Amino acid sequence: MSKTAPCSKRPLMLRQSDVRMRYGIFSLLKNSLSGHLNWPAAWREPEPKLSYDVIIVGGGHGLATAYYLAKEHNITNVAVLEKSWLGSGNVGRNTTIIRSNYMLPENNPFYEWSMKLWENFEQDLNFNAMVSQRGVLNLCHSDAQYDAFARRGNAMRIDGVDAMLLDAQGVRKLYPFFDFENARFPIRGGLLQPRGGTVRHDAVPWAYARAADARGVDIIQNCEVTGIKTVNGRVIGVETTRGFIGCKKLGLAAAGNSSEVAAMAGLRLPIESHVMQAFVSEGLKPLIDGVVTFGAGHFYVSQSDKGGLVFGGDIDGYNSYARRGNLAMVEHVIEAGVAMIPGLARVRVLRSWGGIVDMSMDGSPIIDKTDVEGLYLNAGWCYGGFKATPASGWCFAHTIARNEPHALNAAFRLDRFRRGYTIDEKGVGATPNLH
Amino acid sequence: MLINCPHCGTRPVDEFTFMGDARPQRPASNDPATIEQWFDYVYLRANPKGVFDEYTHHSGGCRTWLVVSRDTLTHDVFAVVTAREYARRQQEAEA
Repeated sequence: MSKTAPCSKRPLMLRQSDVRMRYGIFSLLKNSLSGHLNWPAAWREPEPKLSYDVIIVGGGHGLATAYYLAKEHNITNVAVLEKSWLGSGNVGRNTTIIRSNYMLPENNPFYEWSMKLWENFEQDLNFNAMVSQRGVLNLCHSDAQYDAFARRGNAMRIDGVDAMLLDAQGVRKLYPFFDFENARFPIRGGLLQPRGGTVRHDAVPWAYARAADARGVDIIQNCEVTGIKTVNGRVIGVETTRGFIGCKKLGLAAAGNSSEVAAMAGLRLPIESHVMQAFVSEGLKPLIDGVVTFGAGHFYVSQSDKGGLVFGGDIDGYNSYARRGNLAMVEHVIEAGVAMIPGLARVRVLRSWGGIVDMSMDGSPIIDKTDVEGLYLNAGWCYGGFKATPASGWCFAHTIARNEPHALNAAFRLDRFRRGYTIDEKGVGATPNLH
Repeated sequence: MLINCPHCGTRPVDEFTFMGDARPQRPASNDPATIEQWFDYVYLRANPKGVFDEYTHHSGGCRTWLVVSRDTLTHDVFAVVTAREYARRQQEAEA
């Protein structure tokens, strides 16, 4: 199935029936007989039309939005504009973790809905995204942290999310090779969400693009928005590197570039852009079968099916659009990793990269309409946007189609900062680089 | 990224702590009528792609508050002044 990996150099002439071919055992057998040379493209590459009912900016959450606009609201005259190739942004730059282990009542139902959409993702989209519910374990290192985890686990259960509090013995059964007796940060226990896990992140934009395209959505790559046109406070279209495209409604889902794009419509957002790094090690034999996070520093790790350890840490801390970070954070992340798992000391890092994250002022996202008529905003995902992709697209589609938020994103309003209703999981206030 | 501290000379980035945009001005009044100014000051950011003035604390050095002017796209550092000097220049520019 992964042989259908899209690239922008494919032939343009495609029949709809080819595009809509169902992936499964029969198409796999059929195509294996011809050496996998005749797989059709996963989606069309249309020229932009003069205008659309809805234009979505951003080929990450934007693709999910377009899919759910078509599927749930029957709005198919839709274009998704991606400034580069699909998967080049944060949807392909994260550490692939999915979870719904939040604490606040504004967040949990939303992320749990995302988890439920992940659980049915492959069946719904007919695409193997390697959704793997291998469990997400947060480690704790003191009695106070253990108590805080008990509280969060209870908050999760109140909202119908699965949570298990483990003592040190429980963690030792799962991961005997961790440094339990670390002099500074001994492992006291952990909070496990068994339904959490990982998803092959590249497959997510591919699956949404293919499924949205099959429902008539135009996916336009290498098309950067350079201006937003409004008349009498109403959006009428966007200027792009491929010319002007008209629209009745415009949804912005531009992640790290949200402030830049929103400024084109005269909006100032409660967002700062920061760089966040991620890493992959050389391939190893099976070592870590779940997702584990270090509770004393910022480090989280899982092992890909190819064997590489996929890990990351905190954002670098300074405002950046550079998509690469500094060595100081590389060193810090690896120190934290070795403190948790001493056996990592001799593992070699294969590569690292950076993504630009839209850090909001309270660490929670924004899915809302704006003061400009026909303009909708999906932003502020901080470092946690990947897991939210399905629910974010689902709620954003609802907000755009109905011109009002769904109950699941009713708290993610843009004006919550002015009204004093911030959603601050960490309780650190208006300091984006500490969330 | 290397930062040239006016007191300590050129030092590596991990000696510094960053505290965001240095441009927003704290409103002078506590009058509730200035709530919009406060909202703007506390929450809204220009977040530019390009030249950016950032409050920077030399927490692993002389512990002076600095303002570093830097390109957010390339990480090039253009200028480093103390926060006091930056505020003085802002006041001069306004006057």
